[in-house]
Amino acid sequence: MTTPLLKVTGLCKSYSGRVAVDEVSFALASGQTLGLIGPNGAGKSTTVSMLCGLLKPDRGEILLDGQRVNQGNSAAKHKIGLVPQDLAIYEELSARENLKLFGALYGLTGDLLKQRCQAALDLVTLSDRAGDKPSTYSGGMKRRLNIAAALLHDPQLLILDEPTVGVDPQSRNAIFDSLETLKRQGRSLIYTSHYMEEVERLADHIVIIDHGKVIANETPEELYRRLPSQAALNVELGDVEAVSLAALLAGIQARPGVTGVNTVGNSLRIALGAADDALPMLEWLTAQGCRPRHFSTARTDLEEIFLTLTGHSLRD
Amino acid sequence: MSSLTALKALIRKDLILFLSDRRSLLLTLVMPILLGGFFGYLFGGSGVAENAKIEVGLVAVDDSDIGKNIAAGLKADKSISILELTLAEAQDQVRKGKLHAAIVIPAGFGTAAGAALFSARDKPEITLYYDPSQTALLAVVKGVLTQQVMQTVSAEMFSGKAGVRFIDDNIRESEKRAAKNPEAAELNKFLLSLRKFQERTQGDESTASTATQNAPRGLSMPFSTQDEAMSSGPKYNGYAHSFAGMSVQFILMMGIDAGIGILLARRMGLWNRLLAAPITTSTVLLARTISCALIAFGLLCCTFLFAVLVFKVKIAGSLVGFLGVGACFALMTATFGLLIAAYGKTPEAARGLAVFATLIMVMLGGAWVPAFLFPQWLQTFSLGLPTRWAVDGLDAMTWRGLGISAAIPAMLVQLGFAALFGSVALRKFHRDER
Repeated sequence: MTTPLLKVTGLCKSYSGRVAVDEVSFALASGQTLGLIGPNGAGKSTTVSMLCGLLKPDRGEILLDGQRVNQGNSAAKHKIGLVPQDLAIYEELSARENLKLFGALYGLTGDLLKQRCQAALDLVTLSDRAGDKPSTYSGGMKRRLNIAAALLHDPQLLILDEPTVGVDPQSRNAIFDSLETLKRQGRSLIYTSHYMEEVERLADHIVIIDHGKVIANETPEELYRRLPSQAALNVELGDVEAVSLAALLAGIQARPGVTGVNTVGNSLRIALGAADDALPMLEWLTAQGCRPRHFSTARTDLEEIFLTLTGHSLRD
Repeated sequence: MSSLTALKALIRKDLILFLSDRRSLLLTLVMPILLGGFFGYLFGGSGVAENAKIEVGLVAVDDSDIGKNIAAGLKADKSISILELTLAEAQDQVRKGKLHAAIVIPAGFGTAAGAALFSARDKPEITLYYDPSQTALLAVVKGVLTQQVMQTVSAEMFSGKAGVRFIDDNIRESEKRAAKNPEAAELNKFLLSLRKFQERTQGDESTASTATQNAPRGLSMPFSTQDEAMSSGPKYNGYAHSFAGMSVQFILMMGIDAGIGILLARRMGLWNRLLAAPITTSTVLLARTISCALIAFGLLCCTFLFAVLVFKVKIAGSLVGFLGVGACFALMTATFGLLIAAYGKTPEAARGLAVFATLIMVMLGGAWVPAFLFPQWLQTFSLGLPTRWAVDGLDAMTWRGLGISAAIPAMLVQLGFAALFGSVALRKFHRDER
């Protein structure tokens, strides 16, 4: 990695003797998206609060573009946009008034503020409802306004703390469209979630936190490589009686590229070292007299990675 | 510069939010006006109408001249309104609270009172029934009764027909005791002199004019009072005090809402979002203080404007002093809100406690009833409350008509409390940030 935009070193934070964040370190290059994942209570929100200068770390350092992030009117805060988990907007101010307020907090005034408000509204496709109060919006629209409010001062780093909580699939897609646009524009993002599929869609780099500690800090590809299997082949057999299941399972296990196999009813779930191993496996099964009624392949997901790393599910 | 932009934006936001909540705004304005009007009416209104008379029952059983004259004198008194009743009716109505008091003049009272005036004989009793909830009025009724009895009995002694008989009886009695008792001898001389006075005045009655005949010849009040209201000049206006009290109460309630607003902002994540910007907690709190103080001051001005236009309340003292007291009270209110936000754990719990504390402060501050009705110790204690100073300060600038020098202590006390509340709240906010 070249000189990182954000460098987090040895962050620690305790509350009344309970350790919430323990020696968290990671870095983020300019233009990249970092997925910060972990179960509820893992220390994600405390880490985000320290990244935004809301909480003072007990130990450790956060440098953004070479500037230390502190509480108060720290200069580094001008480079950070926070999209909090809560809908942190004033329901009884119009969307435009909300944006004008949050822009003014970063010193924006006059025409520049107006232009930035309009650009943010366009990005989240709320221009036609700019004069309405968020109290009249749907949940998804409020979430989009929540994002727009963080963009007005054109931050180098946008921190999104679970921005899709409680959002319907359609609105979630709209939010992701906006985030992908930001990513294409070269903006750096930190995205926290306990939804792996969201992080997989956006992140260039993933930091997994559990019990306040970083347990993985690498690219998705590197994380996948940690697993013995990269793909799964699911096969629903048409006539199980025609073959000896025990002999079949032993045969599958002996095939090259197979890292595991198990049965669920009439179906086989075969773990493969690579997705390329799926087709030869299907051909072999057919040659053994097994006619698949239905089959599918799937990539191993981050959920399984988390399970492998921590021994428990992400949403336990 | 950036902080100033943020400060202005935060103040603007609070003002827009306050003004956009029409229902709340209406209630905040209407409630002090309604209650101020009601209490003002109870406390004497604008001073145009005469004060209400005390309703008193009279059971006049004595049919002597003295008894009849006492009853007539009581009926003519301007401070009480007499309702003639039987004994049972009087007892019943006082018991039910329909009458504040009832006077019973027993049979033979006139004779006994005349006889007892210059001798050590048993004094006759007048029974006074009174409502135990109206003990303050009992003193007024007693005062009126004493005046009427003394005037009537002494007039009869000096010039009445029954008086001749009473004096003759007393002369005979004092003559019997004069040999043994020098004081009785002196009294005898005085009574003989009084008897001559009676003969002369009764002789004059045939030639005197009607007006002279009607003039009382007994003891009379040796003074008269000149009642002059030392307040704003023209008239005392009961609405002035009640509007001051109700404004103080409802503006403090608005201060509570401002504090609760901070707690709600914390719960909703808005507080963190504000502080994620490059501004300090102090800036956010300062903005909140200024906006709340502006709203409080605006409410006070609007409420009093209504009182001036509709209830003829006059700011008879210093207008600058009035605005100064109002502005300092508004600032104190704003910091009171910050204090609630700093120490409130949840909006719900904080609201209950803050409303209770405010009502106590308002009550002891003399906002509901004037502080001079409190016991002395409570009056002294209430000087430790900002509400007492606010109400007294507003009273001083309205119906008391005092100058700005009377406003300055009230302003300084409000500023002192504002500094105390603000600094304690700020300290707590900073401690919570760590």
